[in-house]
Amino acid sequence: MNAMPEIALGPVLFNWQPEAWRDFYFRIADAAPVATVYVGETICSKRAPLFSEYFETAIERLQRGGKTVILSTLGQVVQKTDRNLIDSICSVEELPVEANDVSALHALRGRPHYGGPMLNIYNGESLRFLAERGMRGVCVPAELSATTLAALCAVASELGVTIEAQVFGRISLALSARCYHARAHNRTKDSCLFVCENDPDGLELSTLDAHSFLVINGIQTMSHSYLNLIGELPELQRMGVSRFRLSPHSCDMVQVAGIFHAVLKQTLAVEEAAAQLGALTPRATFANGFYYGKPGHTWQSASPA
Amino acid sequence: MRETEILQRPELICPAGTPAALRAAVDAGADAVYCGLQNETNARNFPGLNFSIPDLEQAVAYAHARQAKVLLAVNTFPRAGRFELWRETVDAAARISVDAIIVADFGVAAYAARTHPKLRLHLSVQAGASSPNAIRYFCEEFGIKRVVLPRILTVAEIAEIHGNAPCEIETFIFGNVGMMAEGRCSLTNYATGISTNMDGVCSPAGDVRYVPNAEGNMTSHLGCFMIDQIGRGESAGYPTICKGRYLCSGRTQGYYAFEEPQTLNLSALLPDLIRAGVAAFKIEGRQRSRAYVTNVVSAFRRALDDVLAGRSPEIASLLALSEGQKETQGAYRSKTWR
Repeated sequence: MNAMPEIALGPVLFNWQPEAWRDFYFRIADAAPVATVYVGETICSKRAPLFSEYFETAIERLQRGGKTVILSTLGQVVQKTDRNLIDSICSVEELPVEANDVSALHALRGRPHYGGPMLNIYNGESLRFLAERGMRGVCVPAELSATTLAALCAVASELGVTIEAQVFGRISLALSARCYHARAHNRTKDSCLFVCENDPDGLELSTLDAHSFLVINGIQTMSHSYLNLIGELPELQRMGVSRFRLSPHSCDMVQVAGIFHAVLKQTLAVEEAAAQLGALTPRATFANGFYYGKPGHTWQSASPA
Repeated sequence: MRETEILQRPELICPAGTPAALRAAVDAGADAVYCGLQNETNARNFPGLNFSIPDLEQAVAYAHARQAKVLLAVNTFPRAGRFELWRETVDAAARISVDAIIVADFGVAAYAARTHPKLRLHLSVQAGASSPNAIRYFCEEFGIKRVVLPRILTVAEIAEIHGNAPCEIETFIFGNVGMMAEGRCSLTNYATGISTNMDGVCSPAGDVRYVPNAEGNMTSHLGCFMIDQIGRGESAGYPTICKGRYLCSGRTQGYYAFEEPQTLNLSALLPDLIRAGVAAFKIEGRQRSRAYVTNVVSAFRRALDDVLAGRSPEIASLLALSEGQKETQGAYRSKTWR
């Protein structure tokens, strides 16, 4: 087994009100049993200035709460404002940075850094190449199956690279240059008037026969279902995953973190944990199909540990 | 266009899903043809398509005898534990002397650069390099000679990238237009369990269903999700998730949440793209028939030759190629697309 397993909190992917964003991190800092917190705008460079006045305050509070803070970069870099945001985050020397696109890798190579889930790291050869250039840890793409993940973990352990996997929250499925939030409201990305701020967990898309399917978050398309690998935590730990990422939603993330933490510490049974998660997110449907090599939206019963 | 202007001659890069299509493309005036092997090492891994190793050897001989190049797409992302197949593919490409391989994965690119330093590398659109620094990274690390740009940039942005990138630029000019950044989409896997990035398939035929309903309409499905409803007399588009119609709050009826089904056609922008410094124009469509390849390649050969000779290209024949589909200039014309 690798390093001590820990809970990490991924970056807030949605456009929350600046004060809500700040208070979320204050509460995480004070009360959540998470070891690492990723902070930064990963979806839209237009959003970054909205909460920038609280950026340093939130980071300080998290650090005072004993959390390791890692800055997270933009996933899709096209416009000048995108490139400026990459430059400003990657020039911070006091904090480690997680790259979500290759332009950030360009800025970060040669010093210790992390690889985010929007980078395409699918195999040990890629991991080895990136580790030689300073990558210390990777949050793997959500579409990896257990078999692939185990093979990747084996290489990571040789290289001393930390493997992290998302275990809770909607899954990032696609990125575009077009803002689908703006499109839904007959606007364009440049004239969006920040319409995404009305959807703290994304804008739901259903099929024409009214089945829940996807969620729009600016240029990002996400799963409607919440990824939930609470039942797979023991197996993930055995294969060498040592960091478990919760992706923030508007539900009580302190409690979500507490549930995952308790299962990792073996003070809460998986069945009870699953029931508690369901109660915390009454509107969410859960999925774990990718892990089993099945369609990502499906729910597979965990094989007995 | 100013008559005295001398334009750099870009290559016309054409798709070949089969050896017959490859010969058709070469005969119709392709400067280079791109293709893939019959497995998941390339992003058009469809049944009945692509090349065996002997096919590829013959294709290279045919093309080289006619001064055309062959580019091999090795542009998917090997899942951990399966890397050997990509390694063998790269080795075969070097042995057969294809003119370049088109790669996307860090590991595959690193292997090719290390093992076959003389093998020319192009960066696939699947690598999603959409900014100068991302392109620089691939050029500096792997000696990439040409980057295929994602279909999400305006002509002005392409010109800016050309001024800042240490390699040649290739852009798509015709064919299917994907709304999602290439190489960064797992929608198909979410619906079907088959990964576009790892298996090389978007919307696998085995998961596609068309269901007629009582009103004489039809619905199209991928996996267990309805992608679109097709009215009587409407042509039934192939169900890909990013071209479907969906419901969302604030909308009274189903709408194309991502994009309407349409064909990318940049024939009117050819002069602008050449001035932007584009070294190669790519036509999409390895899944298309030999006849289609002949038509599209000949039309673009003529159009390109016209532009280079200072004549206005005859657009009508190009418009007819879209087979009744609506046409778009996608992201290329203006930022308002976004």
